[in-house]
Amino acid sequence: MRTFVYLVIGIFFGIVLFKSEAASWFRIYEMFQFDSFHMYGIIGSALAIGVLGIQLIKRFNIKSFYGEKIAFDPKEKGFKRYLVGGIFFGLGWALAGACPGPIFTLLGAGFLPILIVLVSAVLGTYIYGLLKDKLPH
Amino acid sequence: MDLIYKPWPWYVSGPLIALVMFLLIMIGKRFGMSSNLRTLCTICGAGKHANFFKFDWKSQKWNLVVVLGTIIGGFIGANFLSADISVNINPDTISELSSLGFSSAGTTYLPTELFGTDVFSDIKGMALLIIGGLLVGFGARYAGGCTSGHAISGLSNLQVPSLIAVIGFFIGGLFMVHVLFPLIF
Repeated sequence: MRTFVYLVIGIFFGIVLFKSEAASWFRIYEMFQFDSFHMYGIIGSALAIGVLGIQLIKRFNIKSFYGEKIAFDPKEKGFKRYLVGGIFFGLGWALAGACPGPIFTLLGAGFLPILIVLVSAVLGTYIYGLLKDKLPH
Repeated sequence: MDLIYKPWPWYVSGPLIALVMFLLIMIGKRFGMSSNLRTLCTICGAGKHANFFKFDWKSQKWNLVVVLGTIIGGFIGANFLSADISVNINPDTISELSSLGFSSAGTTYLPTELFGTDVFSDIKGMALLIIGGLLVGFGARYAGGCTSGHAISGLSNLQVPSLIAVIGFFIGGLFMVHVLFPLIF
């Protein structure tokens, strides 16, 4: 049953990513050219609702649908890894025009070359795992 | 009904993405896509080579199911919920792109120059997709998250590390588009 719920949420997410055009290389390029409000509107409105909702969950101690306490783990403190890792990610995001969610959406939409991006992204993750202890964090 | 087949505006899409995050939170999970790439490494046996991949991947099975759904959702969105999948970007962007050699701008969902099936026999195009993918995978794990984990989930929880990461995303993206694209294309 829970597996079915995850699947339905995923399907919904995939449809939203495709229909919002957040999975379009062109929209990402346009965003980095500051030529349209579209992507900023998507991220900004998601964020505004996200901030509000999480504050409400914390303030009113809202429980999950299964009655469990909802705990938000803070991100580990740090600076270098977030900035440097973020820059690497941003370079790839702009070049491939897709972040991890849209990569999967585009695969389903039938754009086969995105498989190259997916396999390379898995490989990039693997390279990070190998180098992790040598990189500044 | 007609509106469903058109591209969805930001003020519909953004709140729906927030809804996805809240649905996951309300069933005790967290919204983050790039961690699945690590799980895939572990399934492929990467735990033999690096401790980073030594974890019980079955604990992340739920997120792989979300990924499977995301793939199916892409299929549904493209095949059953769209009349015309060309992306109506700003005319200025279209002319910038055509000066870089992207003649498909404004007429397709993805540039055929990078995502047409010809790319499999085009060394430069293949190389760019590989480099892009490597950077996305490496960068996401180095930064501890991607657009969903940092820009949406992390910032929604007012996390300073996520803000630093998102600033990094933009430094990298702006540098790629404004400095490197004219050299590459």
